Amino acid sequence: MRVHPLNTLMLISPAAVLLVVMLLLPVITVAVMSLTDWQFGAATLNWIGLANYVELWGDPVFRKSLGNTFLYLVLVTGGAVSIGLGAALLIESDSQLRGFYRTAFFMPVASTLIAMAVVWQFLLHPSAGMVNHLLELIGLTPRDWLNDRHVALYSLAVIGIWQMSGLALVLFLAGLKSIPQDVRDAGALDGISHPWERFRRITWPLLGPTTLFVVTVCAIRALQVFDTVHVLTRGGPNKSTEVLLHTIYAEGFSFFRMGYASAMTVVFIAGIFFLTQVQHTTMERKTHY
Amino acid sequence: MPEIKIKGLVKQFGATQVLKGLDLEVRDGEFLTLLGSSGCGKSTLLRLIAGLDQPDAGTIHLDDRDLLQLSPSQRNCAMVFQSYALYPHMTVGQNICTPLLMRGLNFWQRLPAMRWLFPVVRRKHAEAEISARKVAQSLGIADLLDRKPAQLSGGQRQRVALARAMVRHPAVFLFDEPLSNLDANLRQTLRAEIRQLHDQLGVTFIYVTHDQHEAMSMSDRVAVMREGRILQLGTPDEIYNHPANVEVARFVGAPRINLLPGEIRGNGSVWMLGRQIGHVEGMPDVNGEPVACQVGFRPQTNTQAHVDGLAIHGPVSAVEYTGAELIATVKLATSGQSCVFCLHSSHPNLRIGEPLRAWVPLDQIHIFGADGQRLAFCPHPVLLNAAA
Repeated sequence: MRVHPLNTLMLISPAAVLLVVMLLLPVITVAVMSLTDWQFGAATLNWIGLANYVELWGDPVFRKSLGNTFLYLVLVTGGAVSIGLGAALLIESDSQLRGFYRTAFFMPVASTLIAMAVVWQFLLHPSAGMVNHLLELIGLTPRDWLNDRHVALYSLAVIGIWQMSGLALVLFLAGLKSIPQDVRDAGALDGISHPWERFRRITWPLLGPTTLFVVTVCAIRALQVFDTVHVLTRGGPNKSTEVLLHTIYAEGFSFFRMGYASAMTVVFIAGIFFLTQVQHTTMERKTHY
Repeated sequence: MPEIKIKGLVKQFGATQVLKGLDLEVRDGEFLTLLGSSGCGKSTLLRLIAGLDQPDAGTIHLDDRDLLQLSPSQRNCAMVFQSYALYPHMTVGQNICTPLLMRGLNFWQRLPAMRWLFPVVRRKHAEAEISARKVAQSLGIADLLDRKPAQLSGGQRQRVALARAMVRHPAVFLFDEPLSNLDANLRQTLRAEIRQLHDQLGVTFIYVTHDQHEAMSMSDRVAVMREGRILQLGTPDEIYNHPANVEVARFVGAPRINLLPGEIRGNGSVWMLGRQIGHVEGMPDVNGEPVACQVGFRPQTNTQAHVDGLAIHGPVSAVEYTGAELIATVKLATSGQSCVFCLHSSHPNLRIGEPLRAWVPLDQIHIFGADGQRLAFCPHPVLLNAAA
């Protein structure tokens, strides 16, 4: 069927307008702003070219923040993927309480992280927190989990893993379901019967596409960590939990250096874009195995 | 002699009994087909023989070995699935090698780097690859060994699955509707190939299908199944020409067999359309009361020549042209029931509404009693008596 060009234009316009207004314009604005020295609320601004990016390159706080974000991303993605996969395999092997486990694990994903952060604050409180009480009970030294600069980022990562492994679990359960029973049966007849062999030769390779998807989704969400940092540590102590989004927020809305914050945002968007591209190109390939 | 003996096999899924105490003996080297519509338990039976499911009661023996004590891989059965069930992440060659490597190497030897560390492992891999290549050559897929299953057509995939089954020389091949996902032409080709393979290998094939053409054209014997029971076990000829009961008669043969009501009178004489067509033997005494029966004859068994047979006439209510023949539906003038006849396509003047007259030779008639079981039928005792 031939569609008149004008009709085509009309049909795509609602989506196109939304895309431009909600996505493209803000990104372009931020990119333009990153080339200025605009301060929040200021009446004037000057073009300073790439000076913001040059400053970023030498800024120890930004470098620390980038490093922390990367470490957090690796810890949370690795942790969430391993816990999610392990739990999914356990749940799949005995289907009795599958629905219950799925809901229980998924709850952190669905809940508001700010509210959950407060709960974690209680749990990790140096004197009243349950975690330290338990540690004392088994004879270990308690720590100030959120105010010790050696462990604060790891504490945040644990909360991140707690939140993300439910998502990983649900995705892995779906992936396990999509492995055809016939292939497992064929394996049983061919001698792939030991659980480890079955995992190594059938389950794990066939979960390849799922794993890739889970890893990228977790990585993107880890890159966007903000709520827990903002509520629990505010980037401290001594910048040890400074992460990208929080640094951007602080520069923009605490120090009002909008131009500089915009430059950081551009770097941040580039990171997300890169991860999305990795996911996209690998998912698009028809034969993932 | 590897012979499969199945006794009293029961399998339940929840409250539904899929197999209801099934007995079956499969002879050595025979091509046995389990034929039935979906849900009749034929695939369940196959999975029980393979060891993929455990029965709730009953025994399965191969020779004198109790198969139920063995794991699927120890049973020496290979299976070909409808979905091919190839390992999608392995090449064709690796797929075919897998059963050999899983058997030939122990747990430690199968670990990833062992191939490069130990000559024994390397030798076993090389042997497996040689066997895989041989089998692939015999099936005409040797040039596909380095491809992944996703790059193959359905027919090629099923050949790979066959190769994977053949490579370890099993005592029994199990086929679970292997041709159902293929198009008609390919199905025909592979049907012949599988039969040829059976004759070459000389081992037992158990083949599950719902396609009666497949069953009739490939098998030595066919077991017609329904609702977890075997209705009849026999050669394709017995199944078609001497159906043991009305269900088998109805299931096998296309177009479907014609079944018209008749009655058996006290002395065993069979009456239909107002005349006596013969008598049955071994009827229990029914106190002289007439009992209902079904008179069956295949659409193909009719003649235009006037023989002493069952005369059927009435107006044609539908005509189907298939090329080789005309399938005509006739509405019986006397009772209003419908009968289907296959006529030669050159049959003249067949239009809807026109009258058609055909004769069914009496020796081609099957009589089924009220319980659906076949009754021994002697046609037209009057004539026979006259001859004597």
